[in-house]
Amino acid sequence: MSLMAEPSSTGRFGEFGGRFVPETLVPACQELEAAFAEAWADPAFRAELDHVLRTYAGRPSILTECKNLGEQLGIRLVLKREDLNHTGSHKINNVLGQALLAKRMGKQRLVAETGAGQHGVASATAAALLGMECKVYMGAVDVARQELNVFRMKLLGSEVEAVHSGSRTLKDAVNEAMRDWVASVESTHYCLGSVMGPHPYPFMVRQFHRVIGDEARAQSIELFGDVPDVVVACVGGGSNAIGIFSGFVDDRTRLVGVEPAGGAAVSRAQPGVVHGMRSYLMQDEHGQVQEAHSISAGLDYPGVGPEHSYLASIGRAEYPNVTDAEVIEAFQLLARAEGIIPALECAHALAWIRRAAPELRGQTVMMNLSGRGDKDVAQMMAVLGR
Amino acid sequence: MTSRTVGTMEAEFRAKRAAGHKLLVPYITGGLPGWQDALRAAAAGGADAIEIGIPFSDPVMDGPVIQKASQMALEAGATPVSILQEARSLDVSIPLAVMTYYNTVHHAGHRRFAAQLVQAGIVACIVPDLPLEESGPWCEAADGAGIETVMLAAPTAPDSRLPLVAARARGFVYSVGLLGVTGERDTLASTAVALARRVKAITDVPVLVGVGVSNAAQAHEASQVADGVVMGASVVRRLLEGGADAVGQFVAEVRAAL
Repeated sequence: MSLMAEPSSTGRFGEFGGRFVPETLVPACQELEAAFAEAWADPAFRAELDHVLRTYAGRPSILTECKNLGEQLGIRLVLKREDLNHTGSHKINNVLGQALLAKRMGKQRLVAETGAGQHGVASATAAALLGMECKVYMGAVDVARQELNVFRMKLLGSEVEAVHSGSRTLKDAVNEAMRDWVASVESTHYCLGSVMGPHPYPFMVRQFHRVIGDEARAQSIELFGDVPDVVVACVGGGSNAIGIFSGFVDDRTRLVGVEPAGGAAVSRAQPGVVHGMRSYLMQDEHGQVQEAHSISAGLDYPGVGPEHSYLASIGRAEYPNVTDAEVIEAFQLLARAEGIIPALECAHALAWIRRAAPELRGQTVMMNLSGRGDKDVAQMMAVLGR
Repeated sequence: MTSRTVGTMEAEFRAKRAAGHKLLVPYITGGLPGWQDALRAAAAGGADAIEIGIPFSDPVMDGPVIQKASQMALEAGATPVSILQEARSLDVSIPLAVMTYYNTVHHAGHRRFAAQLVQAGIVACIVPDLPLEESGPWCEAADGAGIETVMLAAPTAPDSRLPLVAARARGFVYSVGLLGVTGERDTLASTAVALARRVKAITDVPVLVGVGVSNAAQAHEASQVADGVVMGASVVRRLLEGGADAVGQFVAEVRAAL
């Protein structure tokens, strides 16, 4: 059986996961669990999703070998180009799946949280495509640093609400989306953007993203005649990482999830419960959730999806972290060496590859380039000076 | 299922209900400046028990008033330990409960948290993000320590679920008044009375309506069906705006309407 099989009946991956939600939301989670299981097993639903992924999102995404950078680092480096998907990141895979499922469940309204705005843009896009109403919650700090994505969501017909509570970033956007859902659960689907939250979200979102790993494995065998030695992805909640890991978890491939130093939940390895799940969580000595700090809005999250906690706890995947300074270097490196501007989130993965290159010499390394950097250009202009 | 023991708070509530008395449980955010005085004022104003909120950084079931109070208390340095320490010196004769989010319990450890409550003179506990399916380990520790765990019943629950919730509830069943978070509303939601009626029909455990019960008239309306009410945001707002005296006056006003 695969190491990434279905979770237990209580939504556990090992001792992580579960469904820690207010009683009001329990029936909705149960309904979603049943509806997803039924849809996922239905060839007609899978064909509909596959069709929209191919003809709208632009799947399959290609592999690009980075000859210049690979030579510089002494490795064979390939990128899985999720940045080339419609809306500019991997988020569209999950959102199209959830929006089609919500329609099937008779729900006409989506609520979503967003950090960098990529999941918000993807949700707004799916809502426009499928004729649904959509409201996106975004921390006020992120609204300021990702104004381009805020405007994109509005252009797509969605409402964006700035969240002013707590740290005013992704964590608080999740809180506010959950509060909306508690009040609107009968008509609304919560389109959660990562492999986190209460069961069945971590499992469901992983299934919607496993297309990344399934494609990447076949492409790797075509290119190298083998699976890669190492697969690397950035981790906030961990959806792009879980997507690509799912293709290689039962192979010999080393799996590396890279967290920001200011949001390194897995490194601290302290279990906690927030946002409906038991997982590794940054918290103080009294159990108050701590604020993450990262240059990248998409990784500014103090927790991590429960399946990552599980993979870390059994030693199947490793979760190093990198500093903002290393990320800024990596961001520029990919632009100059390969003509590809990565999202700041993905620059975390490259920052680790660069640091680890001496020990990776001669190996094949696949990095999930989960988003493009257009959204970060204004922020980097401020950081680097014009 | 474990055999059911009726604890201190539930015994008092049952006796008062038998005497025709409607139950009033105000909520006060622990650790807010003046919270102990406010709690004493609420007791003097006619509360039957008091829910002490242990603030949490991410209160997903709470609206703006209790969010603000929680943040103020945390900024003032309140911790679960400091609040329980301060609760020890409260010389009130009514039962005290705590309301907190599950990470507070999980972080302390189930048995340790239950023991801390006992040491602080707390008899009951409400954990709004710990639904029935996840409640086993905590309830086992709480039962063992003699802490009554109040369970929430929600308007979204199908009929088949309510008896399971009621069977696990100790102290009372918290019948959630509306679809939404805590906070004051202009009118009592129609779901409040409807759900209280459904819960009353399947259990003899006391049933209190909370979330969205905002003033004396709404408390009276809800209590026509339920055994009483829990009032949070309306009490906390008065504490923030007018201090302990305002809390005492408000509780007395609601008491009179019941």
